[in-house]
Amino acid sequence: MARLKYWQAINQALREEMARDEAVCVLGEDVGAPGGPFGATKGLLDEFGAARVRDTPISEATIVGAALGASMTGLRPVVEVMFLDFMTVAMDQVVNQAAKVGYMSGGHYRAPMVVRTICASGRNTGPQHAQNLEAWLAHVPGLTVVWGSNPADARGLLKSAIRDDGPVVVIESLAEWSRRGEVADDPDALVPIGVAAVRRPGTDVTVVTWGGAVHRVDAAAAALADEVDVEVIDLRTISPWDRATVLESVRRTGRLVVVHDAVAAFGAGAEIAATVAEHCFGDLRAPVTRVAAPFAPSPFPPQLEAAYLPQPGTIADAIRASVLQGVR
Amino acid sequence: MTVSADQALDLYRVMATIRVFETTAGSLFAAGELPGFIHLSSGQEAVAAGVCSVLRRDDALTTTHRGHGHCIAKGGKVFGMLAELYGRAAGYGKGRSGSMHIADSSAGILGANAIVGGGLPMALGAAWSAQVRGEDRVAVAFFGDGAVAEGVFHETLNLAALWRLPLVLVCENNRVAEMTPSSVHLATTRVADFAGPYAIPGATVDGNDVLVVRDAAATAVARARAGEGPTLLECETHRIRGHFEGDPLRYRSAEETAAWAARDPLVLFRARLAELGVPSARVEAVDTEVAAEVRDAAAAAAAAAPAPVSSLLDDVRPGVS
Repeated sequence: MARLKYWQAINQALREEMARDEAVCVLGEDVGAPGGPFGATKGLLDEFGAARVRDTPISEATIVGAALGASMTGLRPVVEVMFLDFMTVAMDQVVNQAAKVGYMSGGHYRAPMVVRTICASGRNTGPQHAQNLEAWLAHVPGLTVVWGSNPADARGLLKSAIRDDGPVVVIESLAEWSRRGEVADDPDALVPIGVAAVRRPGTDVTVVTWGGAVHRVDAAAAALADEVDVEVIDLRTISPWDRATVLESVRRTGRLVVVHDAVAAFGAGAEIAATVAEHCFGDLRAPVTRVAAPFAPSPFPPQLEAAYLPQPGTIADAIRASVLQGVR
Repeated sequence: MTVSADQALDLYRVMATIRVFETTAGSLFAAGELPGFIHLSSGQEAVAAGVCSVLRRDDALTTTHRGHGHCIAKGGKVFGMLAELYGRAAGYGKGRSGSMHIADSSAGILGANAIVGGGLPMALGAAWSAQVRGEDRVAVAFFGDGAVAEGVFHETLNLAALWRLPLVLVCENNRVAEMTPSSVHLATTRVADFAGPYAIPGATVDGNDVLVVRDAAATAVARARAGEGPTLLECETHRIRGHFEGDPLRYRSAEETAAWAARDPLVLFRARLAELGVPSARVEAVDTEVAAEVRDAAAAAAAAAPAPVSSLLDDVRPGVS
């Protein structure tokens, strides 16, 4: 086991997958000579050459579409869209093209492509660099959406995404970029798509979260350790999400709090809450609650962004309320 | 580029097949047999036939909402296409996606596309893949003048030129984007002018003369295959039908219709076949065969099983192989 930073784990995953399979290519803005805007593709150009590692113009729609066309004709491209916000520029290729090509072609074609994109939420980057748009993507049939909250998951999910035969959007957290964690040495150690991680087992209340919010949930659960036994589930795959793990947990605890950094309205938390309401109605001992960003753009100044994102104190309050409000 | 009598007759067969296919589809749609939207390319057959005649089967192609002709010319099966139009399980997309979504991996047809300009980046990607893999495949993107106003057109030209990709961009300029004339939607009258800023070859040719198209496409494809980069080929043509079946064509004058009827690509090419010494009996035999082929395919498609409800979730997410 090595202790790597989050970005180093991503870099290692790319390097290992490119070494394993020559169909794996990397393209995107600044991914070649600059080594990526934040280092995730560092060294790949030197190691694998300019044919397989391509700097591109700032043409999000076209580079995502190019990755799609290449994926349909023998490559396994990993295209980087620098920030999750910039995915909106490529949405035709993501939503209308890549997500549907398998279906529309009646299985004639597959699109084994990955779109890597960074969410800079929590880094004071403002309304057009800090959006948590995972629900936009998860709403589209045909897209797989994953989000690792730590180095091991970022690496393992990216590897699974590269080996997947359909289009996968891999979201990465800039706020976690320098976080260190244990990473497996085995290049074939994957984190399976569609499988959540129980980060902290507990019996009193289930908290489902993902991405940048995971560590604030951990902090809240740790702070509450003496009064509430919290089970923390890191979803890891937003779509298709691990219903079995979440439903099993809620059936046991009878309580669910969903925490995410995206705005609450029409967010992925609503999908989880509705599914739990449908399947665990008889098991619930308290109303399902959500802790999420207010329905406003992401502010840039640190004090406002801190107030905007769910913080450990707010999360702990919601967990406590779920336990106190509910039927014992 | 010389053309033998047999090659010419092959070109004619493709054009005639497209025309009969489109006419048949239009009639079936008018009769209420085909659900959804349908966009016909009648009048533009010479572009599809001419370009695809110089392609190999493993070359890639993307096309548009008006893509039946390109699919047929590239080797798409008439039955699979008609079955798709009918919503039959035997259709190319298992009868679930319709007229605008024909794809055939065995013929290099990456797909028709319901999004204007949507296929351009995909074709670029297919060209990039050939370059990375060291294969001499080329990719062709068909699109209309309407797509020229899309950002991805310019992005694709830039990147294809920058990377010297084996890509041929074929614009079917029928001078009308849906229902809006070029004068209202484009800042230039010649689409090929856009090749200049990207320093790639551009050519404007008579898109209703299949041999002219074939020659221009052969030059562009040879250049692409030799690793010399992309070409923007503009084919001036005419869409006989409206934007969609049911379009009342209020923007089309009788004079324009008449002028282009005289330049119908099939009419022009029949005259040319005579000049080339192809006996009229052979041409008529092709007409008869094509009519029978499409008629039989339509009947078989009509009789085929509808896409079952059980197929709703098929091919949505492939997973790991």
